[in-house]
Amino acid sequence: MDDSVIEVSHLRKTYGDTQAVRDLSLQVHRGEIFGLLGRNGAGKTTTVEIIGGLRRPDSGQVTVLGLDPIRDGARLREQVGLQLQDSQLQPRITVREALDLYASFYPEPADPTALMAELGLTAKAGTRFDRLSGGQRQRLSVALALVGRPQVAILDELTTGLDPHARREAWDLVRQVRASGVTILLVTHLMEEAERLCDRIAVIADGTVVATGTPAELAASARTGRILSFVPDGPVPDGLLDAIPGVQAISLLEGRLVLRGANQMVQDVLVALAGAGLHADDLRLEAPNLEDAFLELTRTEKEVAA
Amino acid sequence: MTAQHPIAHPSTGRRRLAPAPRPLLALIRVEARLFLRDPGTWFFTLVFPALLLTTLGLFMPWADDPYDATDPVLGTITAITGYTPIVLSLAVATVALTGYPATMAGYRQRGVLRRLSATPVAPSRLLAAQVVVNVLALLVAGGLAIGVATVVLDVSAPAQPVTVLLAFVLAAFAAFGLGSLVAAVAPTTGAATGVGMTLYFVSLFFAGVWFPLPLMPEPVQQIATYVPLGAATQAMTAGWAGQPFPTQTLVVLAAWSLVTVPLAGRLFRWS
Repeated sequence: MDDSVIEVSHLRKTYGDTQAVRDLSLQVHRGEIFGLLGRNGAGKTTTVEIIGGLRRPDSGQVTVLGLDPIRDGARLREQVGLQLQDSQLQPRITVREALDLYASFYPEPADPTALMAELGLTAKAGTRFDRLSGGQRQRLSVALALVGRPQVAILDELTTGLDPHARREAWDLVRQVRASGVTILLVTHLMEEAERLCDRIAVIADGTVVATGTPAELAASARTGRILSFVPDGPVPDGLLDAIPGVQAISLLEGRLVLRGANQMVQDVLVALAGAGLHADDLRLEAPNLEDAFLELTRTEKEVAA
Repeated sequence: MTAQHPIAHPSTGRRRLAPAPRPLLALIRVEARLFLRDPGTWFFTLVFPALLLTTLGLFMPWADDPYDATDPVLGTITAITGYTPIVLSLAVATVALTGYPATMAGYRQRGVLRRLSATPVAPSRLLAAQVVVNVLALLVAGGLAIGVATVVLDVSAPAQPVTVLLAFVLAAFAAFGLGSLVAAVAPTTGAATGVGMTLYFVSLFFAGVWFPLPLMPEPVQQIATYVPLGAATQAMTAGWAGQPFPTQTLVVLAAWSLVTVPLAGRLFRWS
């Protein structure tokens, strides 16, 4: 038995004409903080909703703690805590009432009083949900995801709408939860959050995983790459540059051809251009940072065409 | 090992199942407290029917006149006695068409139902808790109105209490069915409130809240027979005054329930 807690393979989900998730696969190991990093609309939320059993996939396999999220939904929901984006509580319910209520849903809940202390909500115990600040709502939302003492916690856009200070507090909280033995699947569109918090990251774009690794690995792979850009003095024949080893992506940006790939592609690209009788004007060569790598990985097709 | 940590998951040990009714009871308790936390809701739901009846009974000069002098049976009860079934219809309509659908639509719009579907407790339990709380509120409102009517206003007791009770229960089913239909399809609190309020005021008109039915033109009385709360008023009035058993209006109420409740069940969206 390996230590995979969440296993997703070849997941697909379509809404009408939109392919929200296409052929997405990932593995989350026990005890890690796994980041699902991608821009808004990349398919992150759909993915975690399927993992949490809230949506039925069109095809593909999902196993969470050895359970099928649809077939074993009831048992799954006892062991997986979900913090959902954009989901609120009854406007007049107090923090204390909400925690007591949700505690009653689980066979072996955490102590709501201790949980409030842990999350800094004790002073707000009697405050109604509609009078909580954004940060307090987020903390309550995390508390509700944890009150069932889950083995896995899925946190969707945990720090959206928080100021930088509250964001750092939320990060500490996530580390604390992990230290208590909970595996965490963290959904975020923030590079910095994923980099600082996660043991491993899956970068998602257009409904599929485009890169997986530790933050250091992703950074390293980005740093070995190069961005070569120039303005060709004539039309570049189809397939001329695609065939060159090391070229990973070609895009056209305001008349400039932008090539991403390994360092050694530079020489070959220039030779190929010369062979076709073309010159590269205004030639630039850059080493991308991690942010460039993320932006490149999550670039949408529309932007590439633009 | 971090077993004493409040959020540590139980890695070992037996897993006992939660006793089935516990979450539902907890939900009912919370929904009841939330209901009472909103002064507007509990005033209009619980107090207003009794208050309206008392005000009319104490201050209206017509209160002790015959309810309908031209009718051999309705002429035997006072106008305020005749108004009591109308107030009971008002109580039913207020609970089923204003508070309940708006609350449920709000829970859907705000993601409360979606959040619940991520727990071991199905969101249908919250719907059940809302219905229970609103039925309890209706019983309190009806009891309060009848209590005030008997103690303060000297309203005569129903001639056929069982018929009145049957009509009241069927009226509640029909009205909750209608309210559930609104709750099932209204995307927002605003939409539910708008549709619910429209149905509410139309219902109040046909229930006779503004003009008792005997005073209305014949065509309006005919239509009222087929409108849930118009039928409710007529059936309860018949039972109260001792008219022949109101088969037609009771069948109308049952028919509304049989159409609206299953339809609402089919159409209800949880997110």
